[in-house]
Amino acid sequence: MAAPPSGASLALLDKLVAALNAKGLVSETEIAERQAITDRASPEIGARMVARAWTDPEYYALLMRDGKAAAEAAGASMAGAPELGVLENTPKQHHLVVCTLCSCYPRALLGYPPGWYKSFAYRSRAVREPRAVLAEWGTQLADDVEIRVVDSTADYRWMVLPMRPAGTEGWSAEKLAAIVTRDALVGVTVPRV
Amino acid sequence: MSAAPESSPPRFAPGARVRVKDDWPETRGPCHIRTPYYVRGRMGQVVRPLGAFPNPEDLAFARPAPRRQLYHVLFDQPPIWDEGKAGDTVMVEIFEHWLEEA
Repeated sequence: MAAPPSGASLALLDKLVAALNAKGLVSETEIAERQAITDRASPEIGARMVARAWTDPEYYALLMRDGKAAAEAAGASMAGAPELGVLENTPKQHHLVVCTLCSCYPRALLGYPPGWYKSFAYRSRAVREPRAVLAEWGTQLADDVEIRVVDSTADYRWMVLPMRPAGTEGWSAEKLAAIVTRDALVGVTVPRV
Repeated sequence: MSAAPESSPPRFAPGARVRVKDDWPETRGPCHIRTPYYVRGRMGQVVRPLGAFPNPEDLAFARPAPRRQLYHVLFDQPPIWDEGKAGDTVMVEIFEHWLEEA
């Protein structure tokens, strides 16, 4: 989490909100609604989506066809959100998401991006030496697995659909969701049992 | 996908070989670019069209923003950086006006 806002920036924010109110551009109600949507977003939504895709073939098909609709179906609020693209990991291909230009991130289903995702180090290294970055996260991939780095530069937000780990046969969607982390949806880690 | 309708169909089909323009608008004045520097002038392959979106280069300056086709373009990772593992790739969203037939 970022440092708490300073008194000066809060005072500035109050003035901005008052000006927007006075001009009739944004109401307090609209701001409260947006804030509620933002607060509701957390990696639990993304984890639920992955677990459901692993256990429900119809939901998997929806997720691959229309990420936004699948996110809505899992309880995310996608009103006004960018398109959601889904990157499916396979035994031969692993995806890693980065935004080299800024910090584009699927907030509706993962919440606020972590500090490292926004860092210059991650943004510059993920495209240049993805295998070294993954190794630092303790993520070991077989030699024949291709790494596909996805630079999120425009009008989509991207989530990784990780592979369901062995040893989870017969697990409920709820139990599966508990092993799907935010980091696995960005692609720096893979779910482990 | 529910991308907004476009005025012209995508010029490039999946599999098309393309080259990203070797253009550096930031040397000519204030601009907003969504094409990362590391792919400029590079050869890539269209994975698929992603739909048409208002051009962010105009949106950033509150100008009328015509819709432009957006593509997922795939690049081999090692030649970009002169390092890395053969077979690894980088996939980037790039707008059509940045792409040329290769």
